[in-house]
Amino acid sequence: MKIGRDEVERIAQLAHLELTSEELGRLGTELSSILSHVEVLASVDTSGVAETFHPLEYGGPTREDEPRPSLGAEEATRGAPGGAAGAFLVPRIIG
Amino acid sequence: MSASGHEWSTLLATADALRAGSLRARALAETALARARRVDETLGAFISLRGDEFLAEADDVDRRRAAGEPLGPLAGIPVVLKDNILTRGHRTTAASRILEGFVPPYDATVVARLRGAGALVLGKTNLDEFAMGSSTENSAFGPSRNPWDAQRVPGGSSGGSCVAVATGVTAGALGSDTGGSIRLPAGFCGTVGMKPTYGRVSRYGLIAFGSSLDQIGPITRSVEDAAVLLGVIAGHDPCDSTSSAEPVADYLAESRKDPAGLRVGVPREWLGVEGMDAEVLTAVRGAIEAASRVGMQVQEVSLPHAQFAIPTYYIVATAEASANLARYDGVRYGLRVPEPDLQSQYRSTRSRGFGAEVKRRIMLGTYVLSSGYYDAYYAQAARVRTLVRRDFTNVFRDVDLLIAPTAPFPAFRIGEKSDDPLAMYLSDVFTTTMNLAGVPALSLPCGFSRSGLPIGCQIIGPDFAEGTIFRAARALEESFGLADRHPIVA
Repeated sequence: MKIGRDEVERIAQLAHLELTSEELGRLGTELSSILSHVEVLASVDTSGVAETFHPLEYGGPTREDEPRPSLGAEEATRGAPGGAAGAFLVPRIIG
Repeated sequence: MSASGHEWSTLLATADALRAGSLRARALAETALARARRVDETLGAFISLRGDEFLAEADDVDRRRAAGEPLGPLAGIPVVLKDNILTRGHRTTAASRILEGFVPPYDATVVARLRGAGALVLGKTNLDEFAMGSSTENSAFGPSRNPWDAQRVPGGSSGGSCVAVATGVTAGALGSDTGGSIRLPAGFCGTVGMKPTYGRVSRYGLIAFGSSLDQIGPITRSVEDAAVLLGVIAGHDPCDSTSSAEPVADYLAESRKDPAGLRVGVPREWLGVEGMDAEVLTAVRGAIEAASRVGMQVQEVSLPHAQFAIPTYYIVATAEASANLARYDGVRYGLRVPEPDLQSQYRSTRSRGFGAEVKRRIMLGTYVLSSGYYDAYYAQAARVRTLVRRDFTNVFRDVDLLIAPTAPFPAFRIGEKSDDPLAMYLSDVFTTTMNLAGVPALSLPCGFSRSGLPIGCQIIGPDFAEGTIFRAARALEESFGLADRHPIVA
């Protein structure tokens, strides 16, 4: 499996990463090599086999959906970059 | 007992000495802090240490003990935590620049439980960035080094925690294990390390890497200590819906039971792996013989899909990582690289904040989840994962436990695999399988190479059989007689 430069760029876009020209080249080679290694999975007969997305076979316990104390907005946002108490500041989105 | 000369005591013996009053928490804390600084200088085990606060907490334990107040079972015992476990009011980095300046507003459940038992957090240990790596070389704060040979890696990603325990800074540490990140460094550093059953320990407050694989577990110098630490951190947590309500056994009592009669399987696929070091093979064969000697019934078994574990793991883990790491966008915490518009700010922040291995895994994970590739890669890996788990269900009808190598080779040289991601991934050939299946596994030292490097073996059990694992491991530990062998600390 060969991943070309355009493909690496497309994935980077999806992942919100900006790659340097050197990174684009290197990642193309590395991803191609890793994908060649994982291609063996295609040869495994999985007809009729369900997917496992999670190793738990037992259902997770549930609880009543009752309000409980939690971090307040002030404390939850204290470490946020940009520093607005009680809120997260982002660049203007709508003109 | 004085605090100096105490560095190799077990957690249990130290707790006894503290309770008896022959050792003061303050003296122990001072010794541990000084040793941590020394070890950090030569081996780079820590990202941050708690100084005055830690000593004040030790004073508090001494004062409360003198006043006859009730104290927890670990009162005054120093512990260290992998720096992807949140500590309220104390910076947590995941060894990444992207969490620059982040101070968690809450404790992870495991930290709250340790503190509730009286343990004192001495510091936060080095790791591969976001726990992605097998060597602790991928840290934004520089690599950690192996205490038995400083030119070699300690293994990863919980390398710093294993170095701290192996060098006698503390008797106990916590790490996290997504594909072997506790067991591999435990094997390379000559410590005990356990990945519990998925769901046994709460993940609340663990910085997520692969959410269906991650588990927090204990790192210690003795099996009994691992049993004690797991007993403290295990159990259901309402803050983690994947944590199990299965009752927590008395693991210490379990570890002391006679292992005679336990049926132990040796997966034949794992002793014939290509690239396996001859000395590792000899040490693991020795461990299998020791299991027979202490009365366990050994038989050969088969895990036919184990050969697919590495490719399956690197699809599942990177897919989950790419989703989990989407949250680091410069908006709510950590690093922000300001840009005039939001999209550019996301991209600049993430590109500047993540290291090379993290970017590689995000890219791979994004690719296997992307439109047109999802079914061929991710969905197929999820189906093979079912077959991997089914292998374990099948063998555990015939045996109680499995025994296997921890890694195909002892600790490798720093830089040796840095330029070849695939070679690095293959270090985990014996460990990722259990994360995919969810079953518990413990690594313990079973020998040394001629050049003096530790070699580890794994004891693996079915879901929630940690007690049985400890029982076999404690007997094997005794028969190996390696407990008094320690690295020289400069």
